[in-house]
Amino acid sequence: MPLYLVLLPLAPLLSFLLTLLSGKWMGSRAHRLPILAASISLGCALAAGWDVAHGVVTDADFYTWITAGDLQVSFGFLVDQLTAAMLIVVTSISLLVHIYSVGYMQGDPSYPRFFAYLSLFTFSMLMLVLGNNFLQLFFGWEAVGLSSYLLIGFWHQKKSAADAGKKAFIVNRFGDFGLSLGIMLVFVTFGTLHYQEVFQAAPGIVGQQFTLLGLTFELPTLIALLLFCGAVGKSAMIPLHVWLPDAMEGPTPVSALIHAATMVTAGVFLVARCNPLFELSSVALNVITVVGAVTCLFAATIALVQTDIKRVVAYSTVSQLSYMFVACGVGAYSAGIFHLFTHAYFKALLFLGCGSVIHAMGGEQDVRSMGGLKKYLPITYWTFLLASLSISGAPGLAGFFSKDEILLMAYTTNIGSGRFAWFIGLVVAFITAFYSFRLFFLTFHGRFRGSTEQRDHLHESPPVMTVPLILLAVGAVTAGWLGSPEILGGHSMWDHFMAPVLGRAEAHVPHFTEWLLMGISVFAGLSGIWLAYHLYVRRPELPGQLRESFSETYRWLVNKYYVDEFYVAVLVQPAINCSRYVLSAFADATLIEGVVNGVPRLIGRASGRLRRLQSGHVQHYLAAMASGAVGLLVWLYLV
Amino acid sequence: MVPLSWYLLLAAALFAIGLYGFLTRRNMIVMFLCIELMLNGANLNLVALSHYLQDLRGQIFTFFVIAVAAAEAAIGLGIMLALFRNRRSVYSDSITSLKE
Repeated sequence: MPLYLVLLPLAPLLSFLLTLLSGKWMGSRAHRLPILAASISLGCALAAGWDVAHGVVTDADFYTWITAGDLQVSFGFLVDQLTAAMLIVVTSISLLVHIYSVGYMQGDPSYPRFFAYLSLFTFSMLMLVLGNNFLQLFFGWEAVGLSSYLLIGFWHQKKSAADAGKKAFIVNRFGDFGLSLGIMLVFVTFGTLHYQEVFQAAPGIVGQQFTLLGLTFELPTLIALLLFCGAVGKSAMIPLHVWLPDAMEGPTPVSALIHAATMVTAGVFLVARCNPLFELSSVALNVITVVGAVTCLFAATIALVQTDIKRVVAYSTVSQLSYMFVACGVGAYSAGIFHLFTHAYFKALLFLGCGSVIHAMGGEQDVRSMGGLKKYLPITYWTFLLASLSISGAPGLAGFFSKDEILLMAYTTNIGSGRFAWFIGLVVAFITAFYSFRLFFLTFHGRFRGSTEQRDHLHESPPVMTVPLILLAVGAVTAGWLGSPEILGGHSMWDHFMAPVLGRAEAHVPHFTEWLLMGISVFAGLSGIWLAYHLYVRRPELPGQLRESFSETYRWLVNKYYVDEFYVAVLVQPAINCSRYVLSAFADATLIEGVVNGVPRLIGRASGRLRRLQSGHVQHYLAAMASGAVGLLVWLYLV
Repeated sequence: MVPLSWYLLLAAALFAIGLYGFLTRRNMIVMFLCIELMLNGANLNLVALSHYLQDLRGQIFTFFVIAVAAAEAAIGLGIMLALFRNRRSVYSDSITSLKE
């Protein structure tokens, strides 16, 4: 096994430990080690990518982790085309976010802790994508969950942040429960957890049944759906999407790295990695497509009316992740991972741009107090514009290629729900362009709506923050060129590269249809931008009127379809009531405390009686002894 | 020839006097003397029965008891001295720390 593979996760792990231990002493220099580690990882990831591009696929065990009966689990690395792409996304964005954070987190009292956690996250995410078996994936999966929890609640003195961290962790429990069941079922079925062995044996389970609690399931469907449960939690699909918008309580660089570019895409990675299993079940693929399409529309509509700059982008993330799931659902895994790749750059850029705005506004996140920031934040403005164009699918930018490919694949697939997903995807392409530019115009155009105090503080961010923005902007423009389709003179390089792992989903349509579909989606995107321009720049009084005339719809959207309220009423409140009245008041206070306090009280009372026998006078004891001896003699004599 | 019963009665009387004294007196020195009295009552029993049964083991055993009693007297007096130094008292009813 090449040395760089070991170094790849090891560098951030060491940096995490050392930074955590030496944090107090390092103080404001604490970023050095994590940035060095992230650079080493990026270098190693590029080396891995180079090797893979030259046809070297590594699948090697590092050492045996667990041996228990039939269960053999190793720490091992599988580096193929899919892993290489993920490695490059994770390490490059991680490094840029590390650098950006030097400016963004400057002066924070817990500065070293922040960088230690970033390193921990990088390590965990690398373990997740590098693993060559399900259990190591699960290890990474839970470890990124942990670092996500730690970083969402980074400002734990703020109650909302601490609550958001808990919410993210608890909501993910639901998904992870399904994932762990799925992994167990994989082990029960195949007797191994190694990807390659499982995937080779996978076609053999077609048509097998699995009986559980008297219900019979198709084995491949059950495995696929259980694994998908984990993806639903981690990637914030309906019905477990509620944690991601709240996760925006964390520092903005964290939102960019964890809750946009890398960790939340782990679900897509899981589905793509296990594509030989998912391919066996058309039910599961349809479920993924429908869940993806519904979430896509759902999140995009909520994003229309949010006023918190980060929440708009968060809902946009949920909606874009859904595109990736739609792609996986229709069997175009390569397109899904392609969108993951391009999305990572433009979404990280959007978030870091938001961070730059928030930094300039002194912590303000409400777009209603912004406006006209263009002249104060020129670099942020231009990079943000590029990111918004990219996500809207403006021709030539990264988002255009990946989104178009997904829509094309959805249209041409033979999965039943493909056309439905295509239509939703098209509508959402329009909505996405609209809300992205609504945010853009509200933030950067018009007149400034904040306080004069805020206006006096407005400033462009320092170079340590703007340079990562510019680099990401380069990614947001060019990342898509890797997958430029043949009709545009490209070679579909991405698809060819991924084909050994993800297979090739060919779209057998005439070029004319392909052109037409592309035209429609570009038109949808551009009209979204035009509508946003019309409503928020030319006629700024119109949105208010619209809000008046559609007040009922608006209320539902602003309250995010009341999903949170529903969960509180159906799950949280009953749980609290059960804890308060059954567990706390009855089981704890009455039952357990009754036993715990009752036993000593009984002993105390009994000993209180017994102690009256004791006088402390030696003579009394001797008298008792003598009368005992006499009594014994009498007894012996009589019996 | 004095009959055995007389010896035994004397021994029982000695033992009873000792027991009575131990239970009623509070001066620990006197209580200690009473213990010796009880011991000697028992010794007398042993010697009398040994003579009656023509078995020397009883008398040998008595020597042991006397030797042990001497050692016990030394320890007992030592304890009493230590108690007196600590408590300034040799009266048993003022020493009831077992109760606490």
